[in-house]
Amino acid sequence: MSDDLQRPVLAIEGLSVRLPRGSDRAFAVKDVTLAVMPRETLCIVGESGSGKSVIAQSIMGLLPRPLTHAGGSIRLDDESIVDASSRRLRSLRGSRMAMIFQEPMTALNPMMTIGRQIEEVLQVHTDLSSAEREAQVLSAIADVNLPDAALLYHAYPHELSGGQRQRAMIAAALVLAPAVLIADEPTTALDVTTQAQILKLLKDIQRRHGTAIVFITHDIGVVADIADRVAVMRQGELLEEGATRTVLTEPRHPYTRMLIGSVPGLTPRRVETQAAQEIAISIDNLGKTYRPTSLFGAKRTVDALKQVSFDIRRGETFGIVGESGSGKSTLARCIVRLVDPSAGEIRLGAAELAHAAGEQLRCERRRVQIVFQDPYRSLNPRRTVGQTIVECPMNYSVPAAAAWKRAAELMRLVGLEPAALSRYPHEFSGGQRQRISIARALAVEPELLIADEAVSALDVSVQAQVLALLDDIRKCLNLAILFITHDLRVAAQVCDRVAVMHRGSIVESGLTETVFSSPQHPYTRTLLDAAPGKGWTFGTHGAVQGPV
Amino acid sequence: MLLLGLLSLAAPFMLSGDPLALDPANRLQAASSAHWFGTDMYGRDVLTRLISGARTSLAVGSSVALFAVVIGVFIGLVSGYIRSVDGVVMRVMDGLMAIPGILLAIALIAVAGANLLTVIVAITVPDVPRVVRLVRSLVLSVREEPYVEGAVAAGTRVPLILLRHILPNTVAPLIVLASYLASSAILVEASLSFLGAGLPPEIPSWGNMIAEGRIFLQLRPELVFLPGTLLGLTVLGINLLGDGLRDELDPQLKQRL
Repeated sequence: MSDDLQRPVLAIEGLSVRLPRGSDRAFAVKDVTLAVMPRETLCIVGESGSGKSVIAQSIMGLLPRPLTHAGGSIRLDDESIVDASSRRLRSLRGSRMAMIFQEPMTALNPMMTIGRQIEEVLQVHTDLSSAEREAQVLSAIADVNLPDAALLYHAYPHELSGGQRQRAMIAAALVLAPAVLIADEPTTALDVTTQAQILKLLKDIQRRHGTAIVFITHDIGVVADIADRVAVMRQGELLEEGATRTVLTEPRHPYTRMLIGSVPGLTPRRVETQAAQEIAISIDNLGKTYRPTSLFGAKRTVDALKQVSFDIRRGETFGIVGESGSGKSTLARCIVRLVDPSAGEIRLGAAELAHAAGEQLRCERRRVQIVFQDPYRSLNPRRTVGQTIVECPMNYSVPAAAAWKRAAELMRLVGLEPAALSRYPHEFSGGQRQRISIARALAVEPELLIADEAVSALDVSVQAQVLALLDDIRKCLNLAILFITHDLRVAAQVCDRVAVMHRGSIVESGLTETVFSSPQHPYTRTLLDAAPGKGWTFGTHGAVQGPV
Repeated sequence: MLLLGLLSLAAPFMLSGDPLALDPANRLQAASSAHWFGTDMYGRDVLTRLISGARTSLAVGSSVALFAVVIGVFIGLVSGYIRSVDGVVMRVMDGLMAIPGILLAIALIAVAGANLLTVIVAITVPDVPRVVRLVRSLVLSVREEPYVEGAVAAGTRVPLILLRHILPNTVAPLIVLASYLASSAILVEASLSFLGAGLPPEIPSWGNMIAEGRIFLQLRPELVFLPGTLLGLTVLGINLLGDGLRDELDPQLKQRL
């Protein structure tokens, strides 16, 4: 038994995967050596494009078409995966190794019940009778702490929440008790509270079944919570590998140090005490009710926003934190009037925005601008960066020459070359595009800038830069910023005051420091508890474990 | 395809003979140095007729595609973006789609008389709803994109939003549809002509040539096969052209390749 523990279940040696010709580098993964012991969790951490998912695909023998294996070996229980026939690979997948994915909705077939999908694994790999299979599926569903296994057996994926779907995926992956479970960003699409539950579940299952877990993530907080060992990757190369505590507290490679240093701390920053400035925008009892009418006329109402009120002063960053479905994006869309609020008032100086219409609304629009979450969809792919930036001022009859001059200044302000104005969005990286979106929003000198999850899609190192940029701009232009995020760490770093939203209402608001250090509402406490890696303080010299 | 286009543009200058010139003495001649592909039942030169037939087919194909796309894009943009008119417009389009295209075309030609223009109009009308449906569905998805919302927030007026932000992002599938419409229009024109409901027989068109040639199928099979082969090649060529254009014009697709 003890001998068994010493031998790795999964051993990767000198693995290289070649990228197709014409890519930005020759190898997706270059000379990577890793081993996973039974009952161990190995976290592969890295930013986008680091090759961490390619490793997962190689292990499963599922490399997508243009990528080719270029050397090295992968051994699962001393059986080479690289040389295995596709028939053998099929029988290994599911029985000896299993994988769970990031997006539980697309990984499940919407036309099959949960039970059938889990049963399919058994049907393919075992000779059990249908009654035996059903019994096993039910016990697998119960095993992942899903309530009422019998009911869920007959449920379709859309009837489950995101967290429940991910549990169902885990049940399907584990029904044959594989030796290795590969989890590719399994909690990235989930809310923090759900994420905390799934991580705990994975740990539980590992303890009970002795499964080895390869956990791929970009989130250092998650690493701190669940990993036994960490492997840090960048650009396809393994930079550093070791026990979690060692890597986090004494990172050797400068990149690891940078990565750990970029994690925003949960301790709120100090607010510079400043003279109270005038109120930029005042939201009063704002509400939004949706009344979907179904085909059969059954009427129900959904309150997306309920009596939301707050003020933002000039030069202040006001944060809204909440999980998906809390109504925070609806709030943003109401304020910029992409959605018509059903009740309440939005006062911008003397103007009232909630009920403005037609030409009056068009005139007021310039005073509130928004930066969206997805940098890949928020710029029109068929217009140059310059055309995008000058569009708004020119709508308000700023002469073209002045608008272009201003665009060049804005490019410098957001840290890009003015020469880039004539280029198209697809030539820029995600972080650069988000800078361009900020420049566009600033082009008409708005009084309020709304950042709707503006850094959520970015890698931590880029995220830190964009946050610093936003903060600079706020100081420079004395701008009011409404910062919407699901990430408490980010909120702690940039917001002067925060409001916590839950099911369409603000449950708690106040100075960031106060809310974070002595949360009053139980929901705020749950949120803070669920933040990954909360027992750690991350800094540029490594992390320190200890109370925040 | 390019060759065929050039050929039909240059046709009036390089053709030695008149495609309508009758020569009853030399009817159904085999290929010779005077008539490269022989002559037909009235002694007209087959090569000359084939080339002028290409002119007719390409004219019909390109004008149908052009008109259908222009009209369809306009209706589709409006219907997809301005939700209040959507219901009415789409019901009208559903109504048009419920009528078989070729029947509608035959009826229109029967009423208005057969000439090039009526044939083009008759083929265009049933094609418009296809374009409208495609454009509308594209608009419905593009209008949700953050960059469109950004433009709304930036105070851009509706016509500009449609023109600048929505239309350019619907082009790729439109090109494919337009090329399909062009090739199907050529086929419909040929079938109409073949049935005798299309262009008057004196206008050289591939459909007319096949219709006339089929009587002599056993005697002179090339009178049917030559225009038939050209017809097939043209349709294939246009479809390939459409695919190629789409790949070339799409900055993202191009980058991925």
